[in-house]
Amino acid sequence: MHFLSQVGHWLSANWGGPDGIWVRSVNQLELSAVVIVAAVVVGVGLGLVLGHSGRGGFVAVNAANAARAVPSLALLTLLAIQPAIALKGHGFLASFLALFALAVPPILTNAYVGVRDVDADVRSAARAVGMTASQVLRRVEAPLALPLVMAGVRTAAVEVVATSTLAAYVSFNDLGSIIFAGLNTQNHVQTFAGGLLVAVLALATDLVLAAAQRALTPAGLRRSGKVARTRGVGADATTVRARAA
Amino acid sequence: MAAVTAPTDPLLRWDWVSSHAGSIVSALAQHVELTLIAVAAGFVIALPLAVAAWKIRALRPPLVTISGLLYVIPSVALFVLVQPITGFFSITTAEIALTSYTLLILVRNILAGLDAVPDEVREAARGMGYGPVAEFVRVDLPLALPSIFAGLRVATVTTVGLVNVTAFIGQGGLGQLIIQGFNENFHSPIVVGLVLSVLLAGVADGLIVLTERVALPWARLRRAT
Repeated sequence: MHFLSQVGHWLSANWGGPDGIWVRSVNQLELSAVVIVAAVVVGVGLGLVLGHSGRGGFVAVNAANAARAVPSLALLTLLAIQPAIALKGHGFLASFLALFALAVPPILTNAYVGVRDVDADVRSAARAVGMTASQVLRRVEAPLALPLVMAGVRTAAVEVVATSTLAAYVSFNDLGSIIFAGLNTQNHVQTFAGGLLVAVLALATDLVLAAAQRALTPAGLRRSGKVARTRGVGADATTVRARAA
Repeated sequence: MAAVTAPTDPLLRWDWVSSHAGSIVSALAQHVELTLIAVAAGFVIALPLAVAAWKIRALRPPLVTISGLLYVIPSVALFVLVQPITGFFSITTAEIALTSYTLLILVRNILAGLDAVPDEVREAARGMGYGPVAEFVRVDLPLALPSIFAGLRVATVTTVGLVNVTAFIGQGGLGQLIIQGFNENFHSPIVVGLVLSVLLAGVADGLIVLTERVALPWARLRRAT
């Protein structure tokens, strides 16, 4: 109990300042947000187009999934010792690149599978009422793929927020800095407090994105609750999460 | 401007590899050991939990919710959060956190596999005179095995990656090499750690697939038709 009260005291005493909890949380969320936006643009764009054309998608998805086996820690440190990248932006650039590589595969895979899974009859019907190929993609395939796309984005976002903790190791100033500083100085109270903060941030991210996922599911799909549920996070092989950190 | 000491060494220096073969092999061995213990322990705990949640409906919502929430907690955070309980920089700490992640993957997959057994099949088994135990062991479990194997694959590959992070709490296997490389601004240890980590994940995955093929010839048959 004594330990926990020390943790509570540490938490209440370290909010302000450039190395405070507040600034570090904002830094971590900013880094994660930039990564996710970039990964959504690339992953969803590529996934939708590949899924629509049906060409080259299999190769792209498998390559993306194979890339997931690369440990983020190795990629991050390798990038951070490149002279051209080094600690640019106090570790921002190396962290961004490593996290981007982590975020694209689940988003790309889900977007691709989402479009591929659209019922062939639905696609034919859309063509039959006179839609062009690009209208089919934008007005039929994309909305039907949306729940799966959102599941991929949620998976990626939670992974990125979690793994951005490691960015502190290459001198990016976020909540991970609290943990690493605590480990280096054997300050167990601070280490524990940092772990608690990171856990809360990750849980909050997941909850917010779960709400966004529900809100963005087209009303027509939401009503058939069963479809939506079986397509949630982790419901199929494509969304199974390979954790990186 | 402070010059960042740029490593001028090549990505991989073979002379470093050969002169450090001993420590590389022992890092790899520790990596394999940490992974094996976590997956084995996870499976031993996950199976009864999943079966209980499958049989007793009321257990399912809390189990799924708790495992979902735990899974979201970043590994670095989980490692340091269990430290005060299980010891600072101890192997137990690393294993408890690693096991809990495999647990969550495995429980979900075992449950999904058992859920997917069609009611008709179960009724047919009962019609043929199977008791509850025989039905479970000879009908439900075998039919759930493909999903269980899928869970084992994800759990194993994930654990191989996560073990690297335990380097920060004094374990780490290949993660130790990665950290050493970063601290010394030296490519070779990082590249060796990265490549061996990817290879280990691939080999482990392949071994499980192979086991599944040998153990479940019918699953392959069904896929072929």
